Amino acid sequence: MNSELIVSAPPHIKSHETIGKLMGWTFLALLPVVLLDIYLFGGHAIRTISLSMIAAVLTEAAILMYRRMPVTVIDGSAALTGLILALTLPPKVPYWIPLVGGFLAITFGKQLFGGLGYNIFNPALVGRAMLFVSWPEILSNSWFAPLKELDAITSATPLMALREISAGNLIADISVVYKPLLFLNRGGCLGEISALLLILGGIILVSRKVIDWRIPVSFIGTVIFLSFFARTNILITLLGGGLLLGAFFLATDPVTSPVTRKGRVVYGIGCGLATMLIRLYSGYVEGVMFAILFMNSFVSLIDRYTLPKKYGLVKAK
Amino acid sequence: MKKELGKKPIEEASLPDEIVIPLSQNLGSPCKPLVEIKQRVLVGQKIGDSDGFVSAPVHSSVSGEVVAIEPRLSFSGDKVLSVIIAPDGNQETSSFSGFSESEAKDADKVRVAIREAGIVGLGGAAFPSHVKLSPPKDKPITDVIVNGCECEPYIAGDHRNILENAEIIIDGLKIIMRVLGAERGYIAIETNKIDAIHHMNNLVSSEGNMRVVPLSVKYPQGAEKQLIQVILDKEVPSGGIPCEVSALVHNVGTTIAISKAVREGKPLFERVLSVAGPGIKESKNLKVKIGTPVNHLIEECGGFKGEPGKVILGGPMTGFALFDLSVPIVKGTSGVVVFPREMTIASNPRACIRCGRCVQVCPVRIMPNFIGQYIEVGMIDRAEDADVMDCIECGLCGYVCPAQRPLIQLIRHAKAKIIADRKKGGS
Repeated sequence: MNSELIVSAPPHIKSHETIGKLMGWTFLALLPVVLLDIYLFGGHAIRTISLSMIAAVLTEAAILMYRRMPVTVIDGSAALTGLILALTLPPKVPYWIPLVGGFLAITFGKQLFGGLGYNIFNPALVGRAMLFVSWPEILSNSWFAPLKELDAITSATPLMALREISAGNLIADISVVYKPLLFLNRGGCLGEISALLLILGGIILVSRKVIDWRIPVSFIGTVIFLSFFARTNILITLLGGGLLLGAFFLATDPVTSPVTRKGRVVYGIGCGLATMLIRLYSGYVEGVMFAILFMNSFVSLIDRYTLPKKYGLVKAK
Repeated sequence: MKKELGKKPIEEASLPDEIVIPLSQNLGSPCKPLVEIKQRVLVGQKIGDSDGFVSAPVHSSVSGEVVAIEPRLSFSGDKVLSVIIAPDGNQETSSFSGFSESEAKDADKVRVAIREAGIVGLGGAAFPSHVKLSPPKDKPITDVIVNGCECEPYIAGDHRNILENAEIIIDGLKIIMRVLGAERGYIAIETNKIDAIHHMNNLVSSEGNMRVVPLSVKYPQGAEKQLIQVILDKEVPSGGIPCEVSALVHNVGTTIAISKAVREGKPLFERVLSVAGPGIKESKNLKVKIGTPVNHLIEECGGFKGEPGKVILGGPMTGFALFDLSVPIVKGTSGVVVFPREMTIASNPRACIRCGRCVQVCPVRIMPNFIGQYIEVGMIDRAEDADVMDCIECGLCGYVCPAQRPLIQLIRHAKAKIIADRKKGGS
């Protein structure tokens, strides 16, 4: 009997939190968005989402096998990367885009750095960025027209419409652009169709403590603050692009965001600042993706300068 | 579970067939045996002592015959020279007598009595109490805290002690305060022991310089440095000890032992502890003779419930997992906690996913995540720079880690290496 007792270092009890459960909650938080996607776009959505996830999982499994590592795809992290990547894509992309994207995301975004926990950049965004620079015309022209009223302009996302209206190229009451954004936005990526559902998902993650509220709050707060000064339409800035998806689901990826409380605020502010700078002053209408990738590169530095003050810092005499 | 156990009165555990008293139960130099094989000993007779200042003598907890003096397995997994006694069952007591009221006012005499009684911290660390009661002259103690938090899950021995021995605790606190010339006494109790708070409050209300401090239920509320922080709003300097902020913390069990040593001259040969956990038939609070083998206490509680997976000496957050149940209860043992096999799934550590949970919960505010990663790749010096030596090993980082990383194991490994290196360096 004695010989079968288990010996290990303390603690001998553990919280029920596991990596798999954290991933599970994130899937659950995204489920309403996915269901609405399927309702709105049917086969387009199912195809893009499932191919992206399959590509991500198979790539992860293959590379882990090649590296002679335990094949840990069961934790759901690769599948989640695939799902999030799909949510950053327009609905009507050709089938091979999510396949290539899932492969790129896992290979260059994650496994080349050493796999789960070791990557510097958000893998889904690495995949998305590589697709974006490789096939810009496909990723820019695969939208559904956002609104009946604006069918006149082709391939417009709400942010594009905002720019057109501000520039005087399009005469329309700005309210026709943002009113539907909160509930149903056909003119965005798969993950941008409903601000309300994204906020709901975000609340789930914050209340379950899967993510730290500091990142989305400081990210979104900074964007609101800056858009107030830049005199852009706050609602469209807030709801019309990838901000909510980015702030709740991408910038909060634990591996690629700071671990300290203070650092998370700094990082969120940085993400907001970079987003607005890109949106206002660059050739791109959307800045969330590059803003997060940009801030990912500062994470280690931010951690180093925001270490908590340890207990009893005054050294003993 | 802890709550129900808090309602069970302390029972006297029966005598085992064999008592094993390790001659080293605390920090400091090990004791030398004062008895010989075949010698008859009495309850409370001193059987081992040492010249070192940071050491405490050990006493027989039974009357009987010394059958062997040999190295025996101790809870830490090491073999420690131990006196093995076969109890005769008569429990004949050696004569010891307490101090008169006037003698009890002489601080030096009280310190000697506490040392002679072999009293060490009963909360788990087993640090000799008379050393704590002898602070440097330039660092007088003004605040004394009696620690009744008992923040470890499952165990309830301190809770019962407060309910059943409150007057003795108050007396012990008075003695400690008088020895140190302290001004204020605090009795810290977590609010999950509301009956203990009420009971103590009623008794303390007449004492002008003492009060009960109810504390929120929070691990590790009962850790010395955390108690000082929450009650006195001071932080013990890194690497320092509580007297540097004029504070001293004693566990309730220790406080009782101090009172009994001074009033009755009673040495520390028995203690209250909980035998608990989901893997034991009937959880109990027991008064146990030091040196009782763990398996005797398990039988005392009806044996295992289901197949045992882990038997822990101490609490589940900081205790030692045993591989051999013949090891004896020592002065620092606050509990025996048993988990059945199905609750002891081997952990499957993964890479750190930088979720930051350990950083958020660490009570000394160091970075267990980074420290763990440094140690994993052998960068002990980096771990030292990251203040690994400040870790109080509360185990919270390992508890919250979703990647199941063995953070405390890594930290202990590094600490042992650093201490060994410092010794080698002659400093």
